[in-house]
Order: sequence, then structure tokens, then C-alpha cells
Amino acid sequence: MTMTSSETTSERMTGSRFGYRFNIVGMIGLSVILFWAIVAIFAPLIIPYPVGEIVDLDYFGPMSADFWLGSDYLGRDMFSRILMGARYTVGISLAAVTIACFSGVVLGMIAAVAGGWLDTVLSRFLDALNSIPSKLFGLVVVAAVGSSIPVLILTLSVIYIPGSYRFARALAVNINAMDFVTVARIRGESTWYLIRSEILPNIVGPVLADLGIRFVFIVLLLSGLSFLGLGVQPPYADWGALVRENIGGLPFGAPAVMAPSFAIASLTISVNLLIDNLPKKIRDRSE
Amino acid sequence: MAKLVEIRDLKVEATTDSGRRVEIIKGVSIDIAEGEIVALIGESGSGKTTIALTLLGYARPGCRIAGGRVSLAGRDMVTLSEKQRAKVRGTEVAYVPQSAAAAFNPAATIMDQVIEVTRIHGLMTPEEARSRAVDLFRALSLPEPETIGSRYPHQVSGGQLQRLSAAMALIGNPKLVIFDEPTTALDVTTQIEVLRAFKSVMKQGGIGGVYVSHDLAVVAQIADRIVVLKGGEIQEAGTTDDILTSAKHPYTRELLAAFEPKPRQAFQAATAPAPLLKIDGLVAGYGQIQADGLPLVRAVENVSLKVEKGRNLGIIGESGCGKSTLARAIAGILPAAAGNIVFDGVKLDQSARQRSREQLREMQIVFQYADTALNPAKSVEDILARPLTFYHGMGAKARNARIDQLLDMVRLPRNLRHRQPGELSGGQKQRVNFARALAADPKLILCDEITSALDTVVAAAVIELLKELQRELGLSYVFISHDLSVVEAICDEIVVMYGGKKVEEITPAKVKAPQHPYSQLLFSSVPRLDPTWLDGLEQDPELVRAYCRR
Repeated sequence: MTMTSSETTSERMTGSRFGYRFNIVGMIGLSVILFWAIVAIFAPLIIPYPVGEIVDLDYFGPMSADFWLGSDYLGRDMFSRILMGARYTVGISLAAVTIACFSGVVLGMIAAVAGGWLDTVLSRFLDALNSIPSKLFGLVVVAAVGSSIPVLILTLSVIYIPGSYRFARALAVNINAMDFVTVARIRGESTWYLIRSEILPNIVGPVLADLGIRFVFIVLLLSGLSFLGLGVQPPYADWGALVRENIGGLPFGAPAVMAPSFAIASLTISVNLLIDNLPKKIRDRSE
Repeated sequence: MAKLVEIRDLKVEATTDSGRRVEIIKGVSIDIAEGEIVALIGESGSGKTTIALTLLGYARPGCRIAGGRVSLAGRDMVTLSEKQRAKVRGTEVAYVPQSAAAAFNPAATIMDQVIEVTRIHGLMTPEEARSRAVDLFRALSLPEPETIGSRYPHQVSGGQLQRLSAAMALIGNPKLVIFDEPTTALDVTTQIEVLRAFKSVMKQGGIGGVYVSHDLAVVAQIADRIVVLKGGEIQEAGTTDDILTSAKHPYTRELLAAFEPKPRQAFQAATAPAPLLKIDGLVAGYGQIQADGLPLVRAVENVSLKVEKGRNLGIIGESGCGKSTLARAIAGILPAAAGNIVFDGVKLDQSARQRSREQLREMQIVFQYADTALNPAKSVEDILARPLTFYHGMGAKARNARIDQLLDMVRLPRNLRHRQPGELSGGQKQRVNFARALAADPKLILCDEITSALDTVVAAAVIELLKELQRELGLSYVFISHDLSVVEAICDEIVVMYGGKKVEEITPAKVKAPQHPYSQLLFSSVPRLDPTWLDGLEQDPELVRAYCRR
């Protein structure tokens, strides 16, 4: 009836002067993500050693002034390899998640608005796709077609389209039942207008949150595939491949196996932190 | 009489999401004597529920009791600890919520939920509690008091559930019961029974009450004293008679005036009235199509009606009578299964999809809940601009000028155009909702309960606006409502619906003497601004049994 805001005053608020509230945890998440994004873009310029070259005399070398994160099982510089690995991990995952969410959300909204047989056919087809275990599907496709970056991106996005579709459809069905959609429909609007203008703006928040979660899943699946040797091929390596290559260093506590694991963890956790704490628009503007 | 409740200088603060503090209750003082029923009345946002909740020592999330004293039977609810408050709640003070349907747990039997209070507080043995509950059911004139407790909430009607929630509140023998708009969601014919039950049980037990409502006529039947609130402040307080007969504050008078609809001067068409909309034998419903080509559940059965140019038709009936389905069938949202719809001399297709853009433009529909009828992600400007582009192909400049015009027409300030629906009040939203229909330049507007979600004063203003626009633009309305006074105020002809069928067609002049028994029952059930109305009201029990699902 009157005030329904349920925020507590103890919550830390920053950035409120832009009309949005963004809390500190979300900011930390965002800065880690930005850090990895910048690293991915500028990696070739900042790596101290070429990634393929054996530069250390020792293998599984410790951290030192020359090799900040030690060396790997062949004596290559781990720091350089992680910086370059960011390109594959972030790049492939980002491309895959974009394709997956875009297709899934568009199909989901179409199914919700159109309804009827189109909805049934799409839903059952994507349910069928969903029933195939994702790792198995990835293994089979990559083993059959051979591993290249486009194949990886497409495989990963196909695996995650059904989930994204289901999510978007569930949201859109709710919005579709609202009176303003009925009003637009009896105005004579086309399905495309309904999707773009009436439904999408109202589901974009949850869809972005879903995109974040799906990004994390894709990073982990890509790392898993690379760990099994089906991901990015040597001498290049994404973070998952780096963990696999250096798994032999685990008994020695080598930094070569710890560092890429930490990189994966930092990226996925940061994405989760960010999507849980996305900036919220402040509705009370009477100041 | 001893004072049961003493509220002194109560202040409640809310914290908005930008961290700003707003005072929503600004120093309110109220006394309630033992056994007295005090009504808190005011529009939504006036703080009436917030004050009532402080009697339980409760402030909603984000709100905080900032100052003052709320003493209940000698205890200050503000300073009590949460544990002590929990002891008082249910035994000294109890709460009856607005929507009993939402307040009951659908997975447990009614009896278990009614006697839960006695179990929590350890007041009596379950056997004692059960027999006391049955006594209460009887006192509240519930049917089959012995066995109704073993049913589940979905197995009783809305009016019964509301009375059961009163039983739940009364079982702990409280000194004070808070009723939070308990009859707002009920049909008028059901409301009478519930009010009667509440009144008799409260008088018998000598229980004090706080009755929160926005409906002055309902309050007049049950309350000893009335407190009129606006913007978190008391405008006027006095005995029910004083408030009704000699109100001093302008706001109270406005509330009272909203109850006396100004009679409508019939619009005299220059030429002979031509039918704008003619409906013949319309059948519409839901569910699978049967062998005879009709749907399984028929919500509208064989309805015929006629709307003339520049004149208004009211459709009245209680919830579930098919009046909204009728509107949806006319608009083509729910294609009719049988029957003809002739609009402006042309037979319309039953489904909106098959109708031409021009036909769609000329007949607009305005929905009850402006909250869901306006896209929350768009600004007022975008909402109004779309029909202008879509139907009239206007460019940016013409559109801009027209939006200003439309906002002027519905009496909204022009600078509102950049706001989103979430930033508007209920009345403002309904005006935007209506302006969108006007943007299409229609000939006929179907209004589906458009004032039902609004406060009395705001609703009266919206009705006035509709009348004015009709004079200026020569529109016709089909006005669907469960509220007789609203329909009376604006319509030239009234159709009474019951169970999907049209039972009677009358003119407002003859409302006093309806022919059909259901119309008689319905019209006599509308509360009047007369404290003796409920006690003096006599309805044929035969009729009540035939038409009420109490």
C-alpha cells in the first residue's frame, strides 16, 4: 500500500548518484572480469616469453623473479601461458554464451507469444536435445568433426541453447499473460513487435542474470573438454588444458597446476558475484 | 468506559531505496474504548493499514516506528521486545487480513488453522479449542458449523473464508481485533452476510475493533467512531453519525460527495439514435469445443444487446457472472463461439485477428488493472505514441503534439510523459490507460471495471472525466462494473447479468424498481450511507438462497 522497499539501511551503497545502486561485492566481481577481459585483449603485448618456447631449465619450476608463476611440465613460462590462455577461455566462452543466449531467448519468446503447435514442436525438440548429457555430446561432436575453435564455439552454444530457451520461455509466458500484451495484440501488432517491444524489455534483467550463469557453465565445460584433451590444441592452451597438462605437478605442489585453477575459479566466481549484485535502478527520485 | 487503546503521537518512517527517510505517519493520536469499533478510513497510501499494524507492534519491511506510544491494555507495543509482542499477538490483539484466500494455508484443514493460535499460546486443550471454534462458527452464521472445520480452504466460498478468518482471530479471546478491508474483495450480496456476522459477534463479545476500509458506506454499518486519514495525518475524527451528517473537513466532504453520483444528463443525439454496436445471441466460453460447436464451459450464454451512438451501456453483475468474458468476446480477444457482432453497420469477425486495423481502431478496450495494462518498462510517452504511429502513421512532431493533447484531455500534467508506470499513482495510471484508448480515436470504448481498483474519490474523478470526454468527443462506452452507483452515474441503459445470462435491461430512472428478482436482490445489497441500513435491511431468504453463493 505504501512503501514496499525491503532494503535494509545497513547495506553499503555506492554509485547512487547515477540513479543506480551498485554494491561493493558486485564491483569487485566486475573489476576482476574487466581485468581478465583486458588481459585477453592485450595478452600478446604483455607476455614476457613466447608461449611455445621452453625457457626454463627445470620443469615444474617454482615461482621466481624470472618466472612469476613458475614453469610447466616442459619448462615453459606459466605466466605467459595463463595470460594467453585467457584469450581462449574468455573468448570462446563469450562467443558461445552469446550465441546460445541470443538463439535461446529469441526462440523462447517466439514460442511463448505464438503458442500452439510451434510452441509444442520447439519445446519438445529442445527438450530432446536437453536430454543428451552435455559432456558426452561435446565429446562425440569434437571427436567426430575434430577440434577447432569454431567447432568448439558451436558445440558449446548448441549444448546451452535448450536451457536458455526454457528459461526465456518461462519468463515470456508470464509477461505474455499481462493485459498490456493483450492490448497490443488487439491493436493488431505483429509477433515481432510483441517480442521486441512488449516482452523483451520486461525480461531483460533475469535474462542477463541467466547469461552470467550460463557463461560460468560454459567456462567450466570448456575447461573440462580441454582437460580431456578435446579443447584448444597444443601448443596453445586454455586454462582447462593448462590444468590437464600440468596435473603431474600436483604431488610436487607446483604453481603450474595451481595458477590456472585459480584463474578459472576467479573468473567464474566473479561472474557469479556480478550477476547476483547487478546495479539496481533507484526508483525513488524525489531528491 | 476504560481505554483499551491509546495511540499517542505515533510516527512511522520508511526508508526508500535511495536511503532517504520518509515519514509516512506524521504524529497520529487515537483512543479506543473497550468494546468500541473504530474505523480508519482513507484512500490507499493514507497510512490506515500502517497504523492498524502498529497495534500489533509491527511495521512492514523497510518501515520503522520512529516515535510515539501505542499502548494496548496498558502495554506499550512500541517498546515491547519481539518475544513479548508475540505473546500479545493472538491473545490480546488479533488481525483479520484483506484476502482470506491468501491468508489460509491451502494444504491444511480449516479447523487446524483456526485453533493454531490456542496451540501456539497454550491457551486450552485441542478439544476445548475445537468446541470453542464450532461455537464461533455458529456465531458467525457459517453453514454446517460442526463439520465445516474439516474442509480445506478451497472447499468453502470467499465470504465463508473471510468469516473463518474472523473465527481464527477471535479464538484466542482478544480484546481488540483489527479488520483490514475484510469485505473489499467480496461481492455486495456476500458482503452483507459477512458484515452482519462480524457485527453481531463483536457486539456479543464486547470486543474492541479497528476496521480499516476505504468504503464509507460499509464503515457506517459497523463502526462507532470514524477516523478519516489522508497522507498519514488525521483529517477528522468523530462518531459515525457526526461524520456522516455534519462533516467539517473538506476531505471528508469530498469522500461523502463521491457517494452521491451526480445524475447524468442524457445525451440527446441530434438525429435518430443509430445502433453503433449490436450483439445477437452471443455465446462465449472456455474449454474444449463440444459436438454442438460450443465450448465446454459457457461463461456467456445467448446475450443480445445494443449500444447507440453517443450513449452508454452499463453491464452489472457480481464476479463470475460473465461480464468480463462478454467484453473480451466483443473485443475479439476470446473469439465468440456463436452469435453476431455488428459494429457501425458492419458484421465483425469473431476473432480480433481477422478484423481489419480500422475496425480494431474504432473499438478500444480499457482494462481494470492499470498496473498490468501498462508496460512497466516503457515511459508514458512511448505507451501513448505507439497507437499514434500504428493507427495514424504520425511523425515524431505530430505525435509529440498529440501526446500533449491527450495528457491534457485526461487531466495529467505534461511533464509526466517521461515517467514510467511504476512512478505513477493508481488514478494516474488509469488515466494513462484511458488516454491510450483515446489515442486511437475510437467510436466505442469498452471499460472493464476501470474504477474498481481505485479509491472512491479518485474513481468519482475518473467517472467525471469520462462524462466530459463523451460530451467533447461523442464517444460511446460499454461500462462493465459490479458497482451499481458507478454504472448509474454514467450509463443510459443498464444490463444486469447473472450466471452468464442477461436477466434484465433497465434504465437508471427505473433502478429503484427492478423487475427481475436477482436485480432486486443486487440493488438492495448496495450499502447506503446510513448507519441503520444494515440492521433495517430485510431480504427475502428464499431469494438469497437462490442467487447467493455465500
